[in-house]
Amino acid sequence: MKPAKFAYHAPSSLDEAVSLLQRYAGEARVLAGGQSLIPMMNFRIAAPAALVDLNRMPDLDYIRQEGGVVRIGAMTRQRKLEFSPVIAERLPLLRDAIKLVGHLPTRSRGTIGGSLAHADPAAELPMMLQVLEGEVVARGPAGERVIKAGEFFRSLLTTALTAEEILIEVRFPAMPAGARYAVEEFARRHGDFAICAVAAVLQCDGNRCTKARLATGGTGPVPLRLEAAEAVLEQKGLSEAAVEEAAEAAARAVEPMADQNGSAEFRRHLSRVLTGRVLRKAIEEKSR
Amino acid sequence: MSAARPDRFVGQPILRREDHRLLRGQGQYVADLVLPRMLHAAFVRSPMAHARIKSVDLARAKAVPGVALALAGAELMRLLPPVPDTQLSLPAKWKTTVQHKIHNPQQPLLATDKVRHVGEAIAVILAESRYVAEDAAELVDVELETLPAVIDAEQAVKPGGTLVHEQLGTNVIGEFAIAKGDVEGAMARAPHRLKRRFYHHRYSGVPMECRGVLGVYDQRTDSMTIWSSTQVVHWLRREASGILDLPEGRVRVVAPDVGGGFGVKGHVYPEDLLIPFLARRVGRPVRWIEDRHEHLMCSTHSRDQTHELEVGFDGEGRILAIRDRFIADCGAWNPIGIGVVYNSAVHLTGPYKVDNLAVSARVVSTNKVPSAPYRGAGRPEASFAMERTIDLIAATLGIEPAEIRRRNMIPGSAMPYRIGLPYRDGEPIVYDSGDFPAGLEKAVAAVGGVAAFRERQRAAREKGRYLGLGIGCYTEGTGVGPFEGASVRIEPNGKLHVAGGACAQGQGMETIFAQIVADAWAVKPEDVTIQLADTAGIAIGFGTMASRSTVTLSGAIHYASDKLRKKVLSIAAQLLECAVVDLELRDGGVSIVGVPERRVSLAQVARAARPGWDHGRPAGMDPGLEETHYFEPQTVTWTNATHAAIVEVDIQTGRVKIEKYAIAHDCGVVVNPLLLEGQIVGGAAQGLGGILMEGYTYDAEGQLLTGSLMDYLLPTASDIPDMELIHLESPSPLNPLGVKGVGEGGAIAPPAAIANAICDALAPFKVEFNQTPITPEQIVRAAKQF
Amino acid sequence: MSDLIDIRLTVNGVAHEGRAEPRRLLVDFLREDLGLTGTHAGCEHGICGACTVLFNGEAARSCIMLAVQANGAEIRTIEGLTEDGRLHPLQEAFHREHGLQCGFCTPGMLIAALDFLRVNPSPSEEEIREAMSAVICRCTGYRNIVRAVASAAQKMQVKP
Repeated sequence: MKPAKFAYHAPSSLDEAVSLLQRYAGEARVLAGGQSLIPMMNFRIAAPAALVDLNRMPDLDYIRQEGGVVRIGAMTRQRKLEFSPVIAERLPLLRDAIKLVGHLPTRSRGTIGGSLAHADPAAELPMMLQVLEGEVVARGPAGERVIKAGEFFRSLLTTALTAEEILIEVRFPAMPAGARYAVEEFARRHGDFAICAVAAVLQCDGNRCTKARLATGGTGPVPLRLEAAEAVLEQKGLSEAAVEEAAEAAARAVEPMADQNGSAEFRRHLSRVLTGRVLRKAIEEKSR
Repeated sequence: MSAARPDRFVGQPILRREDHRLLRGQGQYVADLVLPRMLHAAFVRSPMAHARIKSVDLARAKAVPGVALALAGAELMRLLPPVPDTQLSLPAKWKTTVQHKIHNPQQPLLATDKVRHVGEAIAVILAESRYVAEDAAELVDVELETLPAVIDAEQAVKPGGTLVHEQLGTNVIGEFAIAKGDVEGAMARAPHRLKRRFYHHRYSGVPMECRGVLGVYDQRTDSMTIWSSTQVVHWLRREASGILDLPEGRVRVVAPDVGGGFGVKGHVYPEDLLIPFLARRVGRPVRWIEDRHEHLMCSTHSRDQTHELEVGFDGEGRILAIRDRFIADCGAWNPIGIGVVYNSAVHLTGPYKVDNLAVSARVVSTNKVPSAPYRGAGRPEASFAMERTIDLIAATLGIEPAEIRRRNMIPGSAMPYRIGLPYRDGEPIVYDSGDFPAGLEKAVAAVGGVAAFRERQRAAREKGRYLGLGIGCYTEGTGVGPFEGASVRIEPNGKLHVAGGACAQGQGMETIFAQIVADAWAVKPEDVTIQLADTAGIAIGFGTMASRSTVTLSGAIHYASDKLRKKVLSIAAQLLECAVVDLELRDGGVSIVGVPERRVSLAQVARAARPGWDHGRPAGMDPGLEETHYFEPQTVTWTNATHAAIVEVDIQTGRVKIEKYAIAHDCGVVVNPLLLEGQIVGGAAQGLGGILMEGYTYDAEGQLLTGSLMDYLLPTASDIPDMELIHLESPSPLNPLGVKGVGEGGAIAPPAAIANAICDALAPFKVEFNQTPITPEQIVRAAKQF
Repeated sequence: MSDLIDIRLTVNGVAHEGRAEPRRLLVDFLREDLGLTGTHAGCEHGICGACTVLFNGEAARSCIMLAVQANGAEIRTIEGLTEDGRLHPLQEAFHREHGLQCGFCTPGMLIAALDFLRVNPSPSEEEIREAMSAVICRCTGYRNIVRAVASAAQKMQVKP
């Protein structure tokens, strides 16, 4: 399975990259890690007229802390995030989730920007953007704009990025000290895309939950914030009854898809089960 | 005359010689072979499951720069001689004993009138690179008139429906029935009866190396050389010789390093013949490497059987009668005929004493990828049906499944045990050796024993955890004929060169046969060359499949060596001026018994044996030191095993964790215990993949839904547990070394063992899983979790 | 539209130059343009791992990389594991533990293991299983591969 022909560009500036995308008017694809794009091109499911290769672009590979925000260049490899002390300290949930993304060899190449822009709903990083209330920075012909997680994922494999925009940075507020967190995933095999995944970050004060953030991936066309479930915890605390009620709320909120790996009902069921497990795990673990 | 063998190599865990090149990346698979001016082939494959071909327009494809040839079925038919009927033949003895009917529609090298499965080849492109060939393939315009797709085998047998092969007038392309005893009477009288439907789904070997063929025609000698990733070089040569209209002596077929076969590469495919044909036609070498997407839709599938099984038994759980009617969905073509299905029938009762048995089977054409043997070749399907039945009998009576097995197993003291049915070689089935109950005990003990497990299970259930114990047993006929050939030669340097008809795909044959030859000749394995998978090495051979090569090639080597040894000792006697009875093979030579310093080396014997002036042969003895033997085993020799599994089932997610897996296995005399374990564990891993995650699925239009490795889920290191292996050894009385076949057994029992374990775990929910695979969602639904 | 692009790279310590179409896959460039057929293509969609090479020191699947991406890169393949003809401890361990049968996935297994042991020199069995799940094998059932990696890990730690 060999790709069809395409024109190849390896711009060395963002301006050049953006103007290439404009030139091709939607017929060009951005090459980041290639772990999703190249397989599709080998199958000839994707046959873009041109590839704009961002791997030669300087200054898109960084992890910086600025105040309470962690800023990550879009071309930062998942592997780098996995072993980064900054991520381990400031965004430990992200580090845990990254370990579920494919395998070490795919993380060598896969980038955080590429994964978010591809927006596979069963991927872990889009779910992370939601649960950690992150935002992305897009650069386009008209300049840069910031897009919050809640507005970024539009529909299946579709983001708010236009055809001429490049995702250049991902920002996460650092997880607050004492936050409880966990991620649970159900996949057929280790490293596979999630059939259902749930992640949680909880800020607690005794038995009260002052702030709950939950997100799910794998069930529906986009990674979803489970706001109803969050509300249950914030209003009713962290008892087992509240956890079960939150899990029920999560199950009601998802819009599950059906495919070879499971029916919609099964995914909805898994949402309930994994939400409960993630919350119990987060509550029981010592905070970092 | 025996060989004095201070170091016996058979039985030793000798490390493999194949590793030397494979670990260094110096293996040579077909895709690694490059010849000057080589062209690359790509196929245009049908996107529809069933359609009439209205037209194939190659004009745009031919215009692509770098394309050397584009050809479709209609034109190819005009160029080819008629394709001879060359199905794996059934011996006359079987044909006259077993009531059967077989049709054998011959698959054309490229589809002509119809396409009969998604993936069937319609046209072929030859180009300077595979990239260009694929570009051109995309530009071939095929006009297809869709026909209804025949997807459901049970529907396909009903008259009046769409036919896959109209000229046959039916979709039932094979059927047979066997029976012994009085099933009607015994079933009617049975105090208990159970009837169930068992479905074993469609999956296959999916080796890591896809198929590949390289053909090169030599103008000077009017001969063809073919490299193919195949298990059957001599069979391929025979068919290629027909297609090319060349005598076999001018067609050479070699299988270089082959990256896994498992049966999938055990027959001749259209590409094996078309590629060499085209190579001669264009006068340049042509290489085709199957890609993974193609592999999943055109390399053979397997299994896919539906059994309706009824069992009659008494209050003690003793089986009184079994009636099994089953259908096998063999897809659009049937390259191996009725062998797999017949295997299912005669392996059904496995290690159990069943005096009244009736099995009938139908092989049905559908618009799916053709089926052929895959590791186990009908036995996993049979074992699954039988072993689930045993557990159902146990559940009905409230008796332990292990105990039901004990009560029904043929004891070791009953060997040799006549089954009363013919094997597919036509010979009456006789279990020659083995202690099935001992294997059962050892496997169950290895997982901690039943009583201890039941206690753990009870305690776990109280905590809401579901553990299950499952057992799967089988017997396997191995080392089937008709024959295998070996030529044993002593080289001028005194070393051994052995050529054989077997073909390797990773089993370590170069290593184990060197061990066998080393023992036979009192040399070191390093001094033995094993040449396999090359028709130039030996003119007549059969090939590797059906767990046969250890048995059949070792037999051929043994008897060839016997003949040659007589000659060697005669010559040595002349050289040493003594009697043959005083001599023994020792340390790479021949010496006088008790006086090892009085010796001649094999090199000296070889020199003496040469034709010409001043030779050293006894008067009247023919020159040369080479003997060929074709070992024709009388019939198969029987192995057996018990697999025992302890699983934990998470009823909320359906995840199955295998806590413990034990295999008590008997394959007779073990040539190399290290390699043996590799075969068993490898086979078991494939069996586990089959029951838990692998599978080819189609939609109602015959579209293959599993066209990539993202959909066809192969088990990884995280999915396969460690396994405990227990060895029993009942030497085979049917061949000189006492060996039995090893390659397939591991894959036979896991579906049964795991299904039984899951059902045992979910016993509180009164769950029956009588089909494969068992998916997480099925488990969660069965446990009524939503 | 598909002009050939110059590629300069180092493979197993040896400098190479070549030209390739942008669409040429790295695995094909290594195997066919450079003649290093030790790396194998098992699926061409980035799942099976047989094509794994070290790319700038990190394991990566070469069937889903373009050759042009390797311009300026340092690559190590299975052919580059031996040192002065001596087998790497991983190769020795795979041999001793019978961690290969047909050998087709073995290049991927060795490279993936090499990379893994660098980031986790002292792994548990479960960690080894999880890491080696990056490469698919159809022959061995993984038991001996896990043993080989564990054995190699021990030997590699002994070295200073």
